[in-house]
Amino acid sequence: MEKNKIKLLWDIFFTFFKISPVSFGGGYAMIPLLERAVTVKKKWVEEKDIADVLVMAQTVPGSIAVNTATFIGYRIAGLFGAIAGTIGIVTPTFLIIVALAALFLSFQHNPIVEAAFMGIRPAIVALIAYAAITIGKTAIFNTVTGIIAGVALILFLFVPVHPIFILIAGSYWYFIK
Amino acid sequence: MYWNLFVSFLKIGFISFGGGYAMIPVIEYEVRAHQWLSTQEFTDVVAIAGMSPGPIATNSAVFVGYKVGGMLGAAISAVAVSLPSLLIVVLLSLFMYKMKKRNFMDNAFYGLRPVITGLIAYAAIHFAMQNDMIGTSKLLGFEWIGILFVIAGLGLLLFTKINPVMVILLSGVMGVVIYY
Repeated sequence: MEKNKIKLLWDIFFTFFKISPVSFGGGYAMIPLLERAVTVKKKWVEEKDIADVLVMAQTVPGSIAVNTATFIGYRIAGLFGAIAGTIGIVTPTFLIIVALAALFLSFQHNPIVEAAFMGIRPAIVALIAYAAITIGKTAIFNTVTGIIAGVALILFLFVPVHPIFILIAGSYWYFIK
Repeated sequence: MYWNLFVSFLKIGFISFGGGYAMIPVIEYEVRAHQWLSTQEFTDVVAIAGMSPGPIATNSAVFVGYKVGGMLGAAISAVAVSLPSLLIVVLLSLFMYKMKKRNFMDNAFYGLRPVITGLIAYAAIHFAMQNDMIGTSKLLGFEWIGILFVIAGLGLLLFTKINPVMVILLSGVMGVVIYY
């Protein structure tokens, strides 16, 4: 591989590497930063194109932050660019979560940590309920979508089938109808 | 075991539409099916995953991988959960992403979004039950302090612009105050 290409790949890797630790809470927080880095600073993407990139990153499975890095990496430097962008944005958060996991596993039986998690577990239930309400606001907009959500909930609660099957059934709904 | 981690998280990587908490119950299903963790242990994993930067589903996958198979398990889970989107993004870029495609996706999402809503609502109920907040022998079958924590947390999230990470940290402090 020629020298310039390697330099470009390194540049892609490092640009996303720097943005990655900022992405607290799902990645939307880092969108403005990411936008500025790739349009204004690096001029990899024109500002009018960034909206398309983000829509596409949102539609594809996976997190919007990682998908944006992959997509932009691909546009600048092909397959290797895509890989460089993905590894760049995944590595810092990977290292942080592994460090936190190791820390938690060694302190989880400490009485203070145990007490803290007695409080945190219900908070996780609240966060998940909040996520359901937030997505429900855009997903449920008429009787049909309301019934689909209700039936899905009952199936998830009482039918011991892999959730993937119920999700696939949901995505085919429109075409069956 | 490493192979099981890889296959489980590869599957999840392919279907992780909706982002955020949508994949938590699916990961939990895999974790329970392989008996890697109990749901209560997995709740703690989600808590740590929510406190760290990065997508919560990826973080949970990495933590589960770490707990099951150490550093190598964590790395395998990270690669497996990220690989599908990398492939799909590259393929879509190759074949150009046209308006038609977008219509097709919109149609798929028409039925998918309400199902994801049901899935996340299920996750909330399931996590509440598995963490002994509903259906234990406490007063009227509820663990009232836990329920109060849920209501307080939900209220903060719905009616203020508080950062979710702050909700986790605050409840941790309250937990120490009440239970320690």
